[in-house]
Amino acid sequence: MVTVEDYVARIEGTCGKDKDVIVIFKYDKKDEAIAKILKKAKIEKSISAIIFELTFKDFSFRLYGTGKAIFRNLKDKSELQNILLDLLL
Amino acid sequence: MLDPYKIREDFPILKRKINNHPLIYFDNAATSQKPRQVIEAIKNFYENHNANVHRAVHTLSQEASELYENAHEEVAKFINANGMEEIIFVGGTTEAINLVAYAWGLRNLKRDDEVLVSLMEHHSNIVPWELLSKINGFNVRYVDVNDDGTLNYEDFENKTSKKTKIVCVSHVSNVSGVVNDVERLAKVAHEHGALILVDGAQSVPHLPVDIKSLDVDFLAFSGHKMLGPTGIGVLYGKREILEKMEPFQGGGEMIREVSFNSATKRCSITWNDLPWKFEAGTANISGGIGLMEAVKYLRGIGMENVKAHECTLTEYAMQRMQECQKISIYGPKDASIKCGIIPFSVDGLSSHDVALFLDNYGIMVRSGFHCAQPLHEKFGLKSSARISFYIYNVREEIDRFLEVLKEIEQI
Repeated sequence: MVTVEDYVARIEGTCGKDKDVIVIFKYDKKDEAIAKILKKAKIEKSISAIIFELTFKDFSFRLYGTGKAIFRNLKDKSELQNILLDLLL
Repeated sequence: MLDPYKIREDFPILKRKINNHPLIYFDNAATSQKPRQVIEAIKNFYENHNANVHRAVHTLSQEASELYENAHEEVAKFINANGMEEIIFVGGTTEAINLVAYAWGLRNLKRDDEVLVSLMEHHSNIVPWELLSKINGFNVRYVDVNDDGTLNYEDFENKTSKKTKIVCVSHVSNVSGVVNDVERLAKVAHEHGALILVDGAQSVPHLPVDIKSLDVDFLAFSGHKMLGPTGIGVLYGKREILEKMEPFQGGGEMIREVSFNSATKRCSITWNDLPWKFEAGTANISGGIGLMEAVKYLRGIGMENVKAHECTLTEYAMQRMQECQKISIYGPKDASIKCGIIPFSVDGLSSHDVALFLDNYGIMVRSGFHCAQPLHEKFGLKSSARISFYIYNVREEIDRFLEVLKEIEQI
């Protein structure tokens, strides 16, 4: 069975006043993860196919072509887990 | 002047590509890259001389001991200390500061005493003192920083009193790159009978540092920020102060004798000579040898040349960054009073967005608080992006950085 962990290499809380979260996708799975996310989330803005500003449900986040995504204003880890579940599976 | 193009040939990692772009490493304040000479010295130690030090009479142990002691001597020469007795190898700057806090502070700081710390300190020069104050009940007072990031010397002088027992200040801010006038701070501290501990993590790798002219009591710095390996750092201490101090950690190596007294049913212990009194357990021998090689490498270039090169790059980068409309630079605008560190932000973007965008183009920069939250609060910043230079950085990299920065402005 496919899981979120199949796509995600690391999740890191950022350093700074805003407690953002960066999701780093596995190198060999990043293209697949990006494709899945772009299919499900709404693209608000795209810059040279390098950065995508996306919205999904009530959340806005940025996805980078290098396989990293930055999520803001999350309540907790389980909220992120649920978003990733919906986006990736 | 140093030749950065020739120097670059010594750094294998600089040949790497990240996201199909040549690596541009601008995160030197976090850690430096390592030249082939340092990597080879560590490899050579493990391939040819590996043994524990000061433990055995056999040939390998003698060789390892000699190399490890030579490493202390090289570091002593590098900062103009009196000898290896004043050079304690530790894990890094953080451990060095904790050593002073617990080996000196625990026994010498009492209720009503004051420890003076600057607001620009890295957390590693704040947290140990706050932690210790919870045990000993002394007060930690903070010296203010001016709006341009320079230290408020007037506030420092006003807050220094007979209650002040130790002044803890960085030589160079890891956020703004400001170089503090340590000589002046040491003079004022000593006039009040206080000691001075200097965090040299951002100065020793980048400037000529002569502890005799600075007249500091303690100087802490890390090997990995000055071309050496991680896990090795240095605490310099004036010999007469170190001799009076009790050890930090107990174990092998730091003792001369542990003798069981059958009458008292206890062990009586005598300490080893300096610096071993403060180096409990098996040391990071290969780390020390790697650091020695790093120091030799920097001495070969000349620290005046290192400083001049970084100053030129900083001046150039700050001047070019002013071409950008949405970029704000923090700290002093005068490159001559700072080291090669430039904190900045881009309007409307978090520092992490900036760092991730640059990463896309193979440009490595730091984002966040850089372990200096109080200074960010002083600047009114939620976080900042930071570029920091070293001997192998070149103007062309700054030009490329600017090209990408101008793209970021379009977001």
